[in-house]
Amino acid sequence: MSPVFYILAVLTLGGALAAVLLKPLVHCALATTVAFAGLALLYLELDAQFAGFVQILVYIGAVAILLVFAILLTHGSEPPRKGAFNRTWIAGAVIAAAVFAVLGWAVVRSAAALPLQAAAPVVTVREIGFALMGRYVLPLEIAGLLFTVATIGAVIVAMHEKEGAK
Amino acid sequence: MNPLVAFLLVAAMLFAIGLAGALVRRNAILVLIGIELMLNAANLNLIAFWRYGPHPEALTGMLFAIFSIAVAAAEAAVGLGLVIAIHRHTGTTNLDQMNGMKG
Repeated sequence: MSPVFYILAVLTLGGALAAVLLKPLVHCALATTVAFAGLALLYLELDAQFAGFVQILVYIGAVAILLVFAILLTHGSEPPRKGAFNRTWIAGAVIAAAVFAVLGWAVVRSAAALPLQAAAPVVTVREIGFALMGRYVLPLEIAGLLFTVATIGAVIVAMHEKEGAK
Repeated sequence: MNPLVAFLLVAAMLFAIGLAGALVRRNAILVLIGIELMLNAANLNLIAFWRYGPHPEALTGMLFAIFSIAVAAAEAAVGLGLVIAIHRHTGTTNLDQMNGMKG
């Protein structure tokens, strides 16, 4: 493994850990952005350039901004009164550690059977475009429909309600 | 070491961190951040298998990940809209106080 991989893994996992553990919500949002950026760089390390740039555009460009706006609109920047973690946090941490133990055990045990394609695949954006417009055109249209529904739904859910409509 | 194993272990770790975030935090926005981290871990798995598996020229793993990113973005928009609506109704984003359906 190249040293670049280790640096990116530490960056991604450190950002994710900080997002989960930090107290101020704005710091959590910023740490999440670091984790998203590390993931985008990991995609580039995996020779998936298009996915890496999509990750930057969608997650850092849109989802991180949405998170910051949601924190702003819910007054989340004020410090929490009763602590950041809920009453059953020990059980949650144990469950997460157990899930990681099972996943890691499965990956390490099946290491010999995993495929290993040494040659880096060369994929141009042109090929991805032809695939999206050809073989994957139906999922693309369904994704477009989903976006329409999700946008309208998010606006209607978050819209001001009339007086007495409760 | 097979590089695929290293990527899968990073993805498993990221999934566990996201799961811990969704389970232990009080704030609804942090729970959504945990869910996003879990979705990203799954995407990393898909792209790692696409890179090291046979027939990468078929583009299946990468396009699966791209559609997954699209669906996750729609989910984030609806989820944060719900959090804002709940905050307007109850004045809180603390999940411990959202017990309106408790029997």
